[in-house]
Amino acid sequence: MSALATLTRASLSKDLRLEWRSKDAINSMLFFALLVVVIFSFSFDPTAEESRRIAGGLVWVAFLFAAVVALNQTWARELRNQVLDAYRVSPAPANALFLAKALGNFIFVIVLEAFMTPLFIVFYNLRALGAAYQLLIVSALGTWALVVNGTFFAAMSLRTRSREIMLPLLLFPISIPALLATVEGTTAILTGDYSPKFWIVLLAAYNVVFTTACLLLFDKVLNAE
Amino acid sequence: MLRRAFPILGVLTAALLSYGLYEALIGAPIEQSMGEVQRIFYYHAPSAWTAFLLFTVNFVASVVYLIRRSIKADILALVTAEVGVVFCTVVLVTGPLWARPVWGIWWTWDIRLTSTLVLWLIYVSYLMLRRFSSSGQTPLMAAVLAVFGALDVPLVYFSIWFFRTQHPQPVIGGGGSIDPKMLQVALINWAAFLCFAGLVSWSRYRLELLQREVEETEALEALLDSGGAP
Repeated sequence: MSALATLTRASLSKDLRLEWRSKDAINSMLFFALLVVVIFSFSFDPTAEESRRIAGGLVWVAFLFAAVVALNQTWARELRNQVLDAYRVSPAPANALFLAKALGNFIFVIVLEAFMTPLFIVFYNLRALGAAYQLLIVSALGTWALVVNGTFFAAMSLRTRSREIMLPLLLFPISIPALLATVEGTTAILTGDYSPKFWIVLLAAYNVVFTTACLLLFDKVLNAE
Repeated sequence: MLRRAFPILGVLTAALLSYGLYEALIGAPIEQSMGEVQRIFYYHAPSAWTAFLLFTVNFVASVVYLIRRSIKADILALVTAEVGVVFCTVVLVTGPLWARPVWGIWWTWDIRLTSTLVLWLIYVSYLMLRRFSSSGQTPLMAAVLAVFGALDVPLVYFSIWFFRTQHPQPVIGGGGSIDPKMLQVALINWAAFLCFAGLVSWSRYRLELLQREVEETEALEALLDSGGAP
């Protein structure tokens, strides 16, 4: 267990340091999400009342698309110099690598959300009518739901032709319940019309189910010949 | 033996399908409130049952593949996914055709409609993965995706269940009451569809098996040729 933790931390800190120096993923995600926000903003031009109802959907569609940009880059740098092959022959547990990648992506997308949320508030004149602190819970759970499967499917699509397009094709259908829960939970909090509790429970269940599945099956995917 | 049985089974299936069609269009009584439109139900519901059964077989075959790495389980998974998507498409097309005159709308985000649509999307992505992935790892990736898809189904169901449902209660295992003759016609059609699906899956299975043998032989020959060259 401690070997897993040590390896995860080592791998995660390596990824974070690489990202801190290059800022490839964050920059591309931020600019992409900014473009989506601006385009949505003048496509709809909603009133404050309308925007509360549709903002949940818009925000998460923007984050989803931006997250795919980062997820596609996750494993690419490990292919150079056969890093992934070296990892495969080493005795390190595969799950340490997976957890480090998933946590790394989680941090990137959370940073993206922290930067983008003020912009959304400005462009759409948002003010939550429900309990705003619950947005933090919904965001954290929803983001993990996206990145845990996203990291897994990105590893799977490494072995396909045209892998950049393969990731969303695999990720989006499976993510539909998580997306629905995140969007509906956000809308519930923004409008204050009903309680987001059901959606939070659903997201938690989704995360438990798929995190377990990813950890159980990642070894097979990494070592597939 | 099996090859000789195929035409006989084909004729039997065709006869059963014709009988099912006759019963659906003429034999079954007219539904009181919906009228003739309701007859599409005899194609809609049996197709749905067949598709769900095929997807279940796909899931079981995928799990067997993950445990045993048997090629036959992989081919079975591929075949049931392909035929299942076809039946699922029939469900998704006949559903709106029925809903427009009866509900007044083509589509609604109802629990069974949406779950079926999501299931269809998952299996289309499954077939896309099989097509795009490089040959050696395809079976494993596909089996993993099938497991993820199966895990997703209850979550999809619960997430959409939270909205009020508009679909008529399922006739089997549900509270809805149905004329025994109607149920009988639906079951005849289901039997016909199952035979048809089984027959198509079988010939597709044989084809895929042969295809893989051919590919293997070709790869072997290429290897031998390159080995013989100076």
